[in-house]
Amino acid sequence: MTATTTSARSELSELGRSETALRTFLHGLPGVDQVGAEQRAAQLGTRSIKTTAKAQAIDLAIRMVDLTTLEGADTPGKVRALAAKALRPDPADPSCPHVGAVCVYPAMVPYVAEVLRGSGAGSGRPPGGPGQPHGAAPAGLGIVHLASVATAFPSGQAPLEIKLADTRAAVAAGADEIDMVINRGAFLAGRYKEVYDEIVATKEASGDAHLKVILETGELATYDNVRRASWLAMLAGGDFIKTSTGKVPIAATMPVSLVMLEAVRDFREATGRQVGVKPAGGIKTTKDAIKYLVMVNETVGPDWLDPDWFRFGASSLLNDLLMQRTKLTTGTYSGPDYFTLD
Amino acid sequence: MFEYAPAPESRSVVDLKPSYGLFIDGKFVDPTDGGSFKSINPASEEVLAEVAEAGAQDVERAVRAARKAYDKVWGPMPGRDRAKYLYRIARLIQERSRELAVLESLDNGKPIRESRDVDLPLVAAHFFYYAGWADKLPHAGFGANPRPIGVAAQVIPWNFPLLMLAWKIAPALAAGNTVVLKPAETTPLTALLFAEICQQAELPAGVVNILTGAGDTGRALVEHPGVDKVAFTGSTDVGRAIARSVAGTSKKLTLELGGKAANIVFDDAPIDQAVEGIVNGIFFNQGHVCCAGSRLLVQENVADRVLESLKRRMAQLRVGDPLDKNTDVGAINSAAQLERIRELSDAGSAEGAERWSPPCDLPDRGFWFAPTIFTGVTQAHRIAREEIFGPVLSVLTFRTPAEAVEKANNTPYGLSAGIWTDKGSRILWMADRLRAGVVWANTFNKFDPTSPFGGYKESGYGREGGRHGLEGYLNV
Repeated sequence: MTATTTSARSELSELGRSETALRTFLHGLPGVDQVGAEQRAAQLGTRSIKTTAKAQAIDLAIRMVDLTTLEGADTPGKVRALAAKALRPDPADPSCPHVGAVCVYPAMVPYVAEVLRGSGAGSGRPPGGPGQPHGAAPAGLGIVHLASVATAFPSGQAPLEIKLADTRAAVAAGADEIDMVINRGAFLAGRYKEVYDEIVATKEASGDAHLKVILETGELATYDNVRRASWLAMLAGGDFIKTSTGKVPIAATMPVSLVMLEAVRDFREATGRQVGVKPAGGIKTTKDAIKYLVMVNETVGPDWLDPDWFRFGASSLLNDLLMQRTKLTTGTYSGPDYFTLD
Repeated sequence: MFEYAPAPESRSVVDLKPSYGLFIDGKFVDPTDGGSFKSINPASEEVLAEVAEAGAQDVERAVRAARKAYDKVWGPMPGRDRAKYLYRIARLIQERSRELAVLESLDNGKPIRESRDVDLPLVAAHFFYYAGWADKLPHAGFGANPRPIGVAAQVIPWNFPLLMLAWKIAPALAAGNTVVLKPAETTPLTALLFAEICQQAELPAGVVNILTGAGDTGRALVEHPGVDKVAFTGSTDVGRAIARSVAGTSKKLTLELGGKAANIVFDDAPIDQAVEGIVNGIFFNQGHVCCAGSRLLVQENVADRVLESLKRRMAQLRVGDPLDKNTDVGAINSAAQLERIRELSDAGSAEGAERWSPPCDLPDRGFWFAPTIFTGVTQAHRIAREEIFGPVLSVLTFRTPAEAVEKANNTPYGLSAGIWTDKGSRILWMADRLRAGVVWANTFNKFDPTSPFGGYKESGYGREGGRHGLEGYLNV
């Protein structure tokens, strides 16, 4: 890290101390032109990814999936099956990689941990400070990460102590990644420091677990807000910024993710610290996933083309990736019945 | 690393004949004196087809066919019937758009992504748009019963072969004129495929005539006394010569000539989108665009930041095979044009501007020029004054809005300009003062058939597109 980025980093870390400083900084970020951003995202979607590039992209996308179930109806049986699938997405093909993580509610974490640990993997985070990549886990630790939503997901409308207790419980039960929601009410009301402080507190409560900060971009509505919220989450120490809970009508979109990728790129330039991005919700097909990978490749470059730095929050996406993968390797297109529904 | 595997569009959708005649009076005919020339693929230098070269007698035949069609068929035909033919042509263009796009990329060197996503949709849109006007001319604002002019001689350039054809032919036909069109000598093939589409649409013979050839053919055509209207798109030098030759005749003239557009970026601009706009402004179609944003005027207090982003973005541009669907920048259209770009770029270096290109491997065969920017350019440099018509951007800085206007207007041209700022009032203030026919705000190189396009000063006169585009083809 250069001297300039070190000093920039310490200057930026001061911002969180004052509401005025935060506001001045966030409102001083360059604006986003809606038409231009949408046009660029659409253009990136026209790339044609074929043959070897497609095979490579599919395997990478599988490794980036946060296999997710966040239903009131989730049961131990349901999440165990999901965890098993995360470890071996395609039982018929041992060359198929495992997914990046399993993502569940805090109450379901112990059951998932059991399965992941039973595989000789278990869960747990290799020691390391914030922002450290966590690729190949040391022996005895998880190959598939265990993510849990916390902080009164999805609305975040609960007292802070409850949100922090929620976070601590998830970590104690074995989660090594915490997906928190920001306080959109406070953000939209312009109380940036409140949002900032909550993220800082949640980061602290998460301990060694990686913190993904869900911006819920569908509720922030404008790209200017998405850029501001991205910077706010990064300044407060988030390890990942994530688009959505999947619980509001507008989830991840290409242009929103583009704006967030530009934010992590600029943030690393200013501070030297790399932050991951996770679009979540609404990404259902291989075609969609590949469009996102192209966007990552051409916006932030290969440094982010890794499950440590880019994830897809999805459930049905995995089976489509598996179907397309089988199609590429065997030349035949198997129906959905040949893939497990978990 | 994520390497994109080659994704070539199939050439087999195009059925090219080894040689093409002239399209006169609804038929392909041999030229009277039998001259011909070859059209090559600028990306590989392979010969695509042999094309007839029209001489003075062929011009005579074509103008006579157009006159007859005007007097007997097209002129008297009710607008609603002309519209039917134009709609039919528009639909056929859409149906055959893949074939046309591939051929355009083969003959011109532009990436298939652009011919497929920009050129062809706009070509079809132009015919649809003017088809709609054919029976509504009394409502166009040119009097209760505006009449066509007669036979139009149209000479078009090689940068957007089919799109320029559409800009010329669609309004002319909608207004009730007949045409003799000469495509550029390096890119005649899509115009000949268009001639086939006219046959397929059963357009009456002689309404559209296509004469292939070079400068002499063009001169013979615009100087022909049987022509009532001349429309030209191309270089300012040729435009001047045409203006001289029609002076003192009753011919009506519209010219769309060169440009040296300023793309102006203020410090409050949406930087990421502005960078996209700069890239689109100068590297779209290899910079072979008369309205290209070839002068970047960036406010000095954000210049470093904008240039850094621009360089990072330029490193992502994929230069190469025009038929690969992932190519962003294709081949330079001809050896002669490549030579001109090299000459002006070398002058830029010699005059002390700093030259930069991203690392990129250029193919061995064909005509190629890496995307290039010059920084430290002043108004006195040739690269800031002369139209390069290639992927070369000159970067200048300014301090205040007034200085931006002064520098932007300090050119003999006046075709287009771009403004990038988040402040709406500044956009309006600037647009009032910029002497350019088209001013884009927070975008660049956006075209639409409903929007008039054309220049000030040495960029020409007359408008193409929109209701205004009818004026050049009506006796008003």
